Amino acid sequence: MKHTISVLVRNKFGVLARIAGLFSGRGYNIDSLCVGETQDPEYSSMTIVTHGEDAVIEQIDKQLNKLIDVVKVTDFHEREYVERELALIKVNTTSQTRGEVLQIVNIFRGKVVDISPKSLTIEVTGDESKIAAIIEMLKAFGIRELGRTGRVAMSRK
Amino acid sequence: MTRKGADIVVEAFKKEGVEVIFGYPGGVILDTFDKMNLAVPAFKFVQCRHEQGGSFMADGYARVTGRPGVLVVTSGPGATNVITGLANAYMDSIPMVVITGQVPTTAIGNDAFQEVDITGITRPVTKHNYLVKDVRDLPQILKEAFYLASTGRPGPVLVDLPKDVQRAECDVPYPDTVAMPTYRPTFEGNMNQVKKLADAIKRAKRPVAYVGGGVIHSNASKELHAFIKKTRMPVTTTLMALGAYPQDEPENLMMLGMHGTKFANYAVQECDLLLSIGARFDDRVTGKTSEFAPKAVIAHIDIDPTSISKSVTADLPVVGDVKDVLQKLNQIVEPADISEWLNQVAEWKEKHPLRFPRNGAIMPQEVLVTLDGIVKGEAIITTDVGQHQMWAAQYLHFKRPRTWLTSGGLGSMGYGLPSAIGAQVAAPDSLVFSINGDGGFQMCASELTTASINRLPVISIVLNNGYLGMVRQWQELFYKKNYAMSCMDRHDKCPWPCNEPGTQCPVYTPDLVKLAEAHACHGQRITRREDIEGAIRAAIDIAKNERRPSVLEFMVEREVNVYPMVPAGARLDDMVDSLA
Repeated sequence: MKHTISVLVRNKFGVLARIAGLFSGRGYNIDSLCVGETQDPEYSSMTIVTHGEDAVIEQIDKQLNKLIDVVKVTDFHEREYVERELALIKVNTTSQTRGEVLQIVNIFRGKVVDISPKSLTIEVTGDESKIAAIIEMLKAFGIRELGRTGRVAMSRK
Repeated sequence: MTRKGADIVVEAFKKEGVEVIFGYPGGVILDTFDKMNLAVPAFKFVQCRHEQGGSFMADGYARVTGRPGVLVVTSGPGATNVITGLANAYMDSIPMVVITGQVPTTAIGNDAFQEVDITGITRPVTKHNYLVKDVRDLPQILKEAFYLASTGRPGPVLVDLPKDVQRAECDVPYPDTVAMPTYRPTFEGNMNQVKKLADAIKRAKRPVAYVGGGVIHSNASKELHAFIKKTRMPVTTTLMALGAYPQDEPENLMMLGMHGTKFANYAVQECDLLLSIGARFDDRVTGKTSEFAPKAVIAHIDIDPTSISKSVTADLPVVGDVKDVLQKLNQIVEPADISEWLNQVAEWKEKHPLRFPRNGAIMPQEVLVTLDGIVKGEAIITTDVGQHQMWAAQYLHFKRPRTWLTSGGLGSMGYGLPSAIGAQVAAPDSLVFSINGDGGFQMCASELTTASINRLPVISIVLNNGYLGMVRQWQELFYKKNYAMSCMDRHDKCPWPCNEPGTQCPVYTPDLVKLAEAHACHGQRITRREDIEGAIRAAIDIAKNERRPSVLEFMVEREVNVYPMVPAGARLDDMVDSLA
């Protein structure tokens, strides 16, 4: 079962290593990890996507809480939340295919951020299924490079 | 007041009530040693011979006093030598504050001489650690280090102190109090949960209390005693908790688990309420977890939420300090009628006592039984790791907490002697024995000098069977008696393979009596049963009258196994016993 967990941490030296080490040292999985400062530069927010049995998720929650630099752990499972991911996709184009690619980008409300004679670089945001869908659509043209941020999540309340 | 970083370290030690500093100097920690030396006699210094030994000494000191053991070492190899001690303290929840020197901040990351990323290396084996980059943070960090080490579930904290930070000046005062918004261990047990616990106890027909090291850490032996006397519940202790409940009292079923008593394991498997008090369901206790205490409601009191439902699901968890929870519980708990159960337990106890075969040779268990008869629970006992450790746990009887020091979680050989030295520093007037095998004793034997020159009269009992006995036992039972590298007496001229000790075996190297004498200790080799008691009594006299440490080498029967034994991964009541 996939879980999206938001972790509010003190912006201290080595805090990312502590969290990554907790997962690797205990054999837990990180599917994606996204970190950035909050509105208060003393704190950062991490969104971790992980999966595991309920008992494993319970341990992850407790072990994260045990870390001295962790302020708050929120598992969004069965809660109302919004999530977004950003992807940059560099896709092969020719003068013949460029129009079709642009149509796809428009359908997904993506943006073209760079263009060259042989490629388009596209920025697209959305939830995981939307990102997966556009990647699937663009595969036919040949994806040269793909960069994804991982999931950022926030509770709706 | 403006002062240097090294002065702040000394100031912190004074304000935190540190009396003893274990340590070993070196390049980048010299400024701190300089200031510490000038502060004597505010502190007693104990200089170890190897930083690993020093870390075990600080650990032993902490286990006896309940206060953080303090160790100061240099960077690089000094720091890496401490890792085993940190891991040991972390696994057994022992409060320690370790200061390591570090290369100057300007050199960090440049592969400087004696530089290692010690905060990186020790992250998984410390409760928390710090790299101090600015001297103005140092007072707060040291305050937090002592606070973290000794509160909640205790543990080791490491502070990495670069050379330029030790020399830099600042006027930030040392804080009197500490508030850490992100660290607030749940101390008080939830009253609703405590009431549920009391209800469960009242309903139980076959309850057992399963007591762990948490009772010792929270100094809750008195509360435990009151609880047991009120409920008459049989009580079994883990390896870590020996001494938490007086061993001679009738409710005590002694140790459970892999080498526990049969009656403790039977009681756990048959009980209908297993009340875990500050224990963490270690795999050496539970055996096969899915069949551990299969008929029982599992109740679990622990200060660390991660310990609850980690390996065995708790039906009734109470997060909180054991002492606080037991105090609340004692006020409301009502005894149930469990006389039928007590009769059953008494019958098991009668039917399955601990026992060992006797023949002409010295049996290792006999040495411990003799020692037990002499000290009668009034000594501090430390152990190394292996067969002797299990025999000591089985055959010694403890009256009080903090008199039994053993490396439980990590199982670190080499622990016996240095932890005894730390214990003797903490309790100068107590008799301190360390029980060792011949293998582990050699791991930190250089600390004999630390004992003798500091007049710390620890008595090392070495049960010499010429083997890494527990390894040999497993090889005998599970590896077709293929004694791979477990014979400590093996020379290059020995036949290969060999699994038959006999008269052809070479003279044991090293000569432990000469080794003892070289370190200015009393040494004696005992080869006859009738000399066991006399040798122990002579060493006690030497300890008392001359304050000189001893090494007593008992040449014991070579191939003796620890029984009863639950093979790894088996059910707890599926015990092997050679005499069965």
